[in-house]
Amino acid sequence: MAHDTHDIHRSRAEYEFVKRKRATEMRGQLTSFAIMIFLTLIAFTLVAAEFSPYLIVPILLLLAAIQVVLQLYHFMHMGNKGHGMMAFFMFSGMFIAFLTVLAMVTIVWW
Amino acid sequence: MSSNAQKTGFGATIWDYITTVDHKKIAILYLISGGFFFLVGGVEAMLIRIQLMKAGNDFLSAGTYNEVLTMHGTTMIFLAAMPILFAFMNSIAPLQIGARDVAFPFLNSLGFWLFFFGGVFLNLSWFLGGAPDAGWTNYASLALASEGHGIDFYSLGLTISGFGSLIAGINFLVTIINMRAPGMTYMRMPLFTWTTFVASALILLAFPPLTVGIFFMIFDRLFGANFFDVTMGGNTIIWEHFFWIFGHPEVYILILPAFGIFSEIFAIFSRKRLFGYTALVFATILIGFYGFMVWAHHMFTTGLGPTANAVFALATMIIAVPTGIKIFNWLLTIWGGSISFTVPMIYAVAFIPSFTAGGVTGVMQAIAPLDYQLHDSYFIVAHFHYVIVGGVVLAILAGTHLYWPKMFGTMLSEKLGKWTFWFFFIGFHLTFFIQHFLGLMGMPRRVYTFGADQGWDLFNAISTVGAFFMAVGVIILLVNVVMTTIKNERVGNDPWGDGRTLEWAIPSPPPFYNFAQTPLVRGLDPYWIEKMEGNKEGMIYAEPLGDIHMPNNSFIPFVMSLGMFVASFGALYHLDGDKAWALPVLIIGLGITFGSMLVRSWKDDLGFIVTKEELIADQERIQREAQAREGGKNGGLK
Repeated sequence: MAHDTHDIHRSRAEYEFVKRKRATEMRGQLTSFAIMIFLTLIAFTLVAAEFSPYLIVPILLLLAAIQVVLQLYHFMHMGNKGHGMMAFFMFSGMFIAFLTVLAMVTIVWW
Repeated sequence: MSSNAQKTGFGATIWDYITTVDHKKIAILYLISGGFFFLVGGVEAMLIRIQLMKAGNDFLSAGTYNEVLTMHGTTMIFLAAMPILFAFMNSIAPLQIGARDVAFPFLNSLGFWLFFFGGVFLNLSWFLGGAPDAGWTNYASLALASEGHGIDFYSLGLTISGFGSLIAGINFLVTIINMRAPGMTYMRMPLFTWTTFVASALILLAFPPLTVGIFFMIFDRLFGANFFDVTMGGNTIIWEHFFWIFGHPEVYILILPAFGIFSEIFAIFSRKRLFGYTALVFATILIGFYGFMVWAHHMFTTGLGPTANAVFALATMIIAVPTGIKIFNWLLTIWGGSISFTVPMIYAVAFIPSFTAGGVTGVMQAIAPLDYQLHDSYFIVAHFHYVIVGGVVLAILAGTHLYWPKMFGTMLSEKLGKWTFWFFFIGFHLTFFIQHFLGLMGMPRRVYTFGADQGWDLFNAISTVGAFFMAVGVIILLVNVVMTTIKNERVGNDPWGDGRTLEWAIPSPPPFYNFAQTPLVRGLDPYWIEKMEGNKEGMIYAEPLGDIHMPNNSFIPFVMSLGMFVASFGALYHLDGDKAWALPVLIIGLGITFGSMLVRSWKDDLGFIVTKEELIADQERIQREAQAREGGKNGGLK
């Protein structure tokens, strides 16, 4: 609703602060973007070089996990303030899902 | 005109409850329908005990016995215990954090109606060719072989009511994270809110595995898939895994809110702050985590192998640690308190030894080699009834007495309440204590009869007598409810006299907008703090009195759930092959559901505003009523 929008007036210092913060954030995003491309390159190289699948699969899974974390923190702003509960729930869920799948895989199919 | 102008009359009241999105009214709906299913499950329990009263009894046939036993377990867990706990969560948790309502009032109503129609669908199986008969665990090898439509009623009914539970769980999570009053930090939340929070998180993570399992089951039975069919390359054990990955957290979904209710009771009636509040909170969270790591202890005898058994045995035993922390904290809360033995407090005190006994037999079963002896015997039956009846049901009865004034504005009779307690408590121990020994003597669970030469006659007869005691207790409770409602003696904000948390700072029952002004929370037990500082007004407030934005009632949740209900019949009978109407029914049902979703999405519903003037008038009315009450007779306990 229109009357709910607020005009935000910032002082000079606040403006500088926000600007600096955004610059830092942008640098983080660019860096992680570069890292992600590099990780993808490693993945492709591994497969192209035809290493044993027993080597490739675990490394690919590890790289994927790193990519997810980078994505969450640098592009989806999970590190920002007020995201503690989300992070807690996501990691709890992942932890529980991981344990469950691991246990299922080991005791049902091995 | 705003909708707080009340229409009276029976039809208008019914319509109001069908369309309501008010968390307090939805709580009453949960309580009534959960209570109804509790009675249905209770009657089924009585049938079981009558059948097992003597050797070679022929009161129920073997097939009917299987149906009664399955429906007793399924009804009690999914349709009685959970909804009644949802009733308390809905009614109390938003008040305890000083919220206006839950985060999604519309979804709250939808969750209720999905549960309701799922439960009705499941129970209609009695009249439509036979109830499910593969036990509440519905193990696949048994379920796939079951004839008739019983199992399909189970899987479709639980899918629908499972959606309802999931919606309710998500709603509580969002409410508790986002809608706490100013000053209500996480570590100032009352224990009941905390346990609601953790139980909701468990619902969020535990119900999807059940839904997946049931989907596989539906596909196997209705569409000829082979997920669990060993002869076609499936794996029947996978169902057991899915079921218990859900099933073990499920028992914590039940017991944690029960712990919460008892934590409130101990603090109120010992007139002390909870001993070890922080430890209680972290024990609750820890139990939530451990709940997901122990499911295979239900499957020790399926042949998982010694390594898996050892891992899950140890994990299971660890759970005794946080639970033990809780027990000691409650004992130390009572210790040195100024105790008043009201009905809720009597239940709470009785809960400690009863539940501990169930916990101890649980640790016994965690010892995998011993479990090979105990598995599928009456020892197991005794164990889980000790934790569920001795924990959850005692909490439900205690909570009914404790929160009745807050939900309905009248006090249940203390005298009749004590009669209920003694009949129920003695009956409970009489029924189930002796079943430990029946199990050790070799009586298997789920058998419909036994022979006269097996030496189980006397103990079974005693057990049946105990069941009748419990039934008498429940009947006295019903009488109590009726008499209290007829007498209709209204009570004030804090009828127990020693309320500590925010829900006791508001009239009983609270006005539809809850707190006129959002309260400011200055510490743990905020209402107690204000009382101790002699605050006549009750609370201090975080905002000036102003207009309140409220959601409109809606008929859509009811229709949406009804569509699922109708569609289930179509899905169920479609596979008979000879019923041409089944497919149209399925399509019409889904059409109703998706159509009402579209209406909901396209129609703007901006709610209504309770103006400041209306609020002031309503607050004055409440004050007048309170003065009239105090002029006449003192409501409440003191």
